[in-house]
Amino acid sequence: MKQEWKTFTPGPWEKEINVRDFIQRNYTPYDGNDSFLAGPTKNTTDLWEQVMELSRQESEAGGVLDMDTRIISTITSHGPGYLDKNKEKIVGFQTDKPFKRSLQPYGGIRVAEKACSDNGYQVDPEISKFFTIHRKTHNAGVFDAYTPEMRACRSSHIITGLPDAYGRGRIIGDYRRVALYGVDRLIEDKEEEKMTTRSTMYSHIIRIREELSEQIRALKELKDLGVIYGYDISRPAANVQEAIQWTYFAYLAAVKEQNGAAMSLGRTSTFLDIYAERDLADGTFTEEQIQEFVDHFIMKLRLVKFARTPEYNALFSGDPTWVTESIGGVGIDGRHMVTKMSYRYLHTLQNLGTAPEPNLTVLWSTRLPNNFKMFCARTSIESSSVQYENDDLMRVTHGDDYAIACCVSSMRIGKEMQFFGARANLAKCLLYAINGGVDEISKKQVGPRYRPITSEYLEYDEVMERYQDMMKWLAGVYVNTLNIIHYMHDKYCYERLQMALHDMNVTRWFATGVAGLSVVADSLSAIKYGKVRTIRDENGIVTDYEVSGNFPKYGNDDDRVDQIAVDVVHTFMNYVKQNHCYRGGIPTTSILTITSNVVYGKGTGATPDGRKAGEAFAPGANPMHKRDTHGAVSSLASVAKLSFKDAQDGISNTFSIIPGALGKEEQLFIGDIDVELECGVDKACAIPNLMVGADRE
Amino acid sequence: MTGRIHSIESFGTVDGPGIRLVIFFQGCPMRCQYCHNPDTWKTSGGTEMTVEELLAIYDKNQNFYEKGGITATGGEPLVQIDFVTELFSAAAKRGIHTCVDTSGITFHPDSPETIQRFDRLTAVTNLVLLDIKHIDPVSHKKLTGQQLEPVLAFAKYLDKKAVPVWLRHVIVPGITYEQNNLVKLGRFIGTLHNVEALDVLPYHDMGKIKYKKLGLPYPLENIKPLSKKEALDARKLIIQGIKEERIDEKRRVR
Repeated sequence: MKQEWKTFTPGPWEKEINVRDFIQRNYTPYDGNDSFLAGPTKNTTDLWEQVMELSRQESEAGGVLDMDTRIISTITSHGPGYLDKNKEKIVGFQTDKPFKRSLQPYGGIRVAEKACSDNGYQVDPEISKFFTIHRKTHNAGVFDAYTPEMRACRSSHIITGLPDAYGRGRIIGDYRRVALYGVDRLIEDKEEEKMTTRSTMYSHIIRIREELSEQIRALKELKDLGVIYGYDISRPAANVQEAIQWTYFAYLAAVKEQNGAAMSLGRTSTFLDIYAERDLADGTFTEEQIQEFVDHFIMKLRLVKFARTPEYNALFSGDPTWVTESIGGVGIDGRHMVTKMSYRYLHTLQNLGTAPEPNLTVLWSTRLPNNFKMFCARTSIESSSVQYENDDLMRVTHGDDYAIACCVSSMRIGKEMQFFGARANLAKCLLYAINGGVDEISKKQVGPRYRPITSEYLEYDEVMERYQDMMKWLAGVYVNTLNIIHYMHDKYCYERLQMALHDMNVTRWFATGVAGLSVVADSLSAIKYGKVRTIRDENGIVTDYEVSGNFPKYGNDDDRVDQIAVDVVHTFMNYVKQNHCYRGGIPTTSILTITSNVVYGKGTGATPDGRKAGEAFAPGANPMHKRDTHGAVSSLASVAKLSFKDAQDGISNTFSIIPGALGKEEQLFIGDIDVELECGVDKACAIPNLMVGADRE
Repeated sequence: MTGRIHSIESFGTVDGPGIRLVIFFQGCPMRCQYCHNPDTWKTSGGTEMTVEELLAIYDKNQNFYEKGGITATGGEPLVQIDFVTELFSAAAKRGIHTCVDTSGITFHPDSPETIQRFDRLTAVTNLVLLDIKHIDPVSHKKLTGQQLEPVLAFAKYLDKKAVPVWLRHVIVPGITYEQNNLVKLGRFIGTLHNVEALDVLPYHDMGKIKYKKLGLPYPLENIKPLSKKEALDARKLIIQGIKEERIDEKRRVR
């Protein structure tokens, strides 16, 4: 056994690349409470103050502090960068200093140029010239292959947010492999995989061999990245500090090469806890030291930055990087996977203050330990920064070593990847069905010239029939657009380092998505149960609707309309499945326009539910704003009816609630009023309402 | 039988323990100046619903309510006491925790028929949220348009029957935010031995907009919402009253 693995429980993971097996044999479930946690060290506080000062300067400078305009970012393109070398326990930045955004032209040179020019910088003309004349980009490749129909759909926004000019992201490398095995062992493994490819050179075999060579090259560069910072990561990590550092180097290499729409981290906490437990037991490190490593690691993840255009930021309502980390969950053997490290990660929200990144995501199960549930609830109330996902649902499909990419896309780490496909606007599709493929805003014929609806009042069966035809068309053009995008991304902007941290035979999820679901459900409900009159322009194009009568609205746990939503998703998914998907991709769909709902709404005319032209959609699978009038449980129950089977890439619901609606103010409400005569007021202890009965499990 | 239901809140967390299905009943005889639900006053209107319809809503999402239950509020739910009793009987049979949020105003200590009705209700009620609006009879009448007497009689009745109570009191600047009355209220609460919790509710003006919609003048136009500090002070005074009463009681026993 390798020196670094001494005292670990052996198993198949020693002979093969198998992080899950290592975790299952070695992790220690933690049922205790949060009392062991340590606060921030002086180093941590100092460093974070420095970060806050840089953040202030950045926002003063208009959102960008510094940009690279000459050096093309690669794994080894930059020398080391630090905040304060003497204080940082986990090191590494994307460029040679913090807050400096790197230049990544492989997705598209024009977008890279624009990201610079919009922020007051200019890409070196030599580089622009090189990537225009000599080296093609992903973006250029896509537009060479697009059909006129695809371009029309794109510019009318019936298909939107396509990753055809920026990195697709949504791929999670198994960054833990670097810590557990060291890079040399991973290179050996890739060499061996390369040997096993078939010997007849079909084009797909040639491609795999070329990709494996690229992967091996990337791994060698990853070792060099370690050397730049003074570490030898060719060997396995020997303690928790090294394990975090090795894992972070692997992730850092990925974000140095890829400016993806979501660059998620995976599921690292329970893996790393194994090292922490060993170090605590043999006295290598104290709890304070381990929390400091974690705080510094999370700090680095918060400082991942990309060069992006204002349009991109408008689409995503900010500058998100989606460094999602999945925490907790339950193993298939029934043991929960909460460890002390799960607490330490969430505790960074306390030690460093709240932040949207990294996107800390709790894989929730009814079987998580009660202490951890309480800790999560408290952290949520204090920070509003925790995301929750249903582990009981996803574990069935993905086992117990999956992670979330972006906000809801689940995949087995190192074994499954996805082709991110943005989304189709189902609300606009309904309007196309009514107008026979004519866009209600541009008045251009974008969709097929199917018969429009000519009656004054909309009739449910007629609309549904047309709608299904139009959805079928949309699914076809959408999937084929994505086929082009992913072909070109593989060709011109291949994620060599991230794919080096996958098995060779990887499952590819072909992720489509839909927007405007609640608008569609309410529109169809209005047509079915209310009365909808069309208002037409001089050419007979319906541009507005007059809705009368009461009709059930999605979000009130009313099956009459909720079933419509369920059926629409099912139908669209079936149409998606009827198409050929690039590279054996398995089609899935998602309902998750968490932040783009405003932009999608802007590009969509008035709808039969009474929504006015340009008005925002609801985010994700949420009911429309203010139409869910029966409280949160009913609203959530409507969303929960959507079938995961039909939307395996995820269903999101954005839930906000004022603190007062979560239970009683602790200080004003006192339970157990049987006041002891001799004691002070405060001893009549406060029982927050939510906790009453909480122990009755 | 059907009940007149104003609306339903499926995620109630402040009207009884745990997460609760909160049913707002239509109709109320009180006209509290600070009322934030004036749309529930009229006894006509609302949606007529049966016990089964209401429990079906509960059943559908009962996982959420495992540690909570059902709360009847309003309006004044006990204007429809027979329906509430029917609802709670059916709920109790299924093991659902039942809670009624009431002003106690419909109680008549001298009417045997009323007592009988309340006996039937309390037999299937796990918790009463009793909202005493004002402890001074004259001010109570001025604030709510109704007498204080039935409210206090109801509180004593519940004490005698040992029905668990959470006592609620809204603190309004210039109306109930006043030292003597708060201590006096505390002293009254001190005489009761079934009160499990004290719920001090700082006055807020979020109901204002509803008055505008209904075309009603807002009676407390110039009164500012109560601060948290003031609410804590008020709580202190009530607790002080409770203690004083308990100490006296102890002396009497000796």
